[in-house]
Amino acid sequence: MAADPDESADAATADEEAPAREGAALITGASRGIGAAIATRLAADGWPVGVNFRSDSEGAEQVVASIEEAGGRAIALQGDVADPEAAEPLFSALEEAFGPVMVLVNNAGVRADGLVPQIQDEQWDQVIDTNLSAVFRITRRALNPMMRARFGRIVNIASIVGLQANPGQANYAASKAGVIGMTKTVAAEVARRGVTVNAVAPGLVETELTEDMAAEMVKSVPARRAGTPEDVAACVGFLASEEAGYVTGATLTVDGGLSA
Amino acid sequence: MAAPTQEAVEEKVIDAIANLGPDRSEITRDASFESLDVDSLDLVEMTQVVDEEFGVQIKGEDAQQLKTVGDAIDFIMARAE
Repeated sequence: MAADPDESADAATADEEAPAREGAALITGASRGIGAAIATRLAADGWPVGVNFRSDSEGAEQVVASIEEAGGRAIALQGDVADPEAAEPLFSALEEAFGPVMVLVNNAGVRADGLVPQIQDEQWDQVIDTNLSAVFRITRRALNPMMRARFGRIVNIASIVGLQANPGQANYAASKAGVIGMTKTVAAEVARRGVTVNAVAPGLVETELTEDMAAEMVKSVPARRAGTPEDVAACVGFLASEEAGYVTGATLTVDGGLSA
Repeated sequence: MAAPTQEAVEEKVIDAIANLGPDRSEITRDASFESLDVDSLDLVEMTQVVDEEFGVQIKGEDAQQLKTVGDAIDFIMARAE
């Protein structure tokens, strides 16, 4: 067979590295912490990734650079998911660069802690907007192309705080419990289309977001250590994989036994 | 956008429904979505195709009124004019 040498080289690369699917993965809030680890993991699994960030462009560019250094493909995508208009430009840019979004990881999240009498309306709204409403809007935008492709993987990063009490985080808990509830219903709506929707609920994970909480909480973790962003990314990698196709509507806790 | 012809709408609607699974020979004007095993999510998918093609949006409450293939064709024809 007189194959064009360039073409056969491309085909070999695709066979070895790329997933069986065309398309891309979008990870929100991926300039650092858990999101950065997830982007890195999915890129290693062969997905071209969109590294969304709100303000930390330097962090996002670093994530992109390290993915490219490892032979993967990535672009940084600025956008505040709490902005109701954020979804469309994010998806359009990624679709143009790498094709339709077949894997979506809703990871972007914020905290604004306080005991209930101290939580201001703005702190409530801010957390619900970013952690819950944005997940809805971005998921809504993602579903059409996935349903038509009869394939899709949505992974929502929740928290064990959405499953059990954590005084000082009523707003955060409400947002994360909301994500878990939405995950189940969306999963049921689209299951027949080959689209899975799952949540991952990390416990204590060492990131900038939790650095003020870590030392005290480790004592109550059965594993006697905080989780790493990579611990969470490994679970997302599985749920995003082809072989996880029968897992949907689930919430996978990754907490060193904290909620066991 | 120019008003589409009856034939163009019929063809597109039947194409869209056929893509959802039912056998093309069963997709007649009188066929109900229920008998074709076209469920509400299928209808959502069909309405997206219709919107892209004809600029006609079929909202949730309208979609619930569409019981047969003919209903959908007539709805689109009425709105596209």
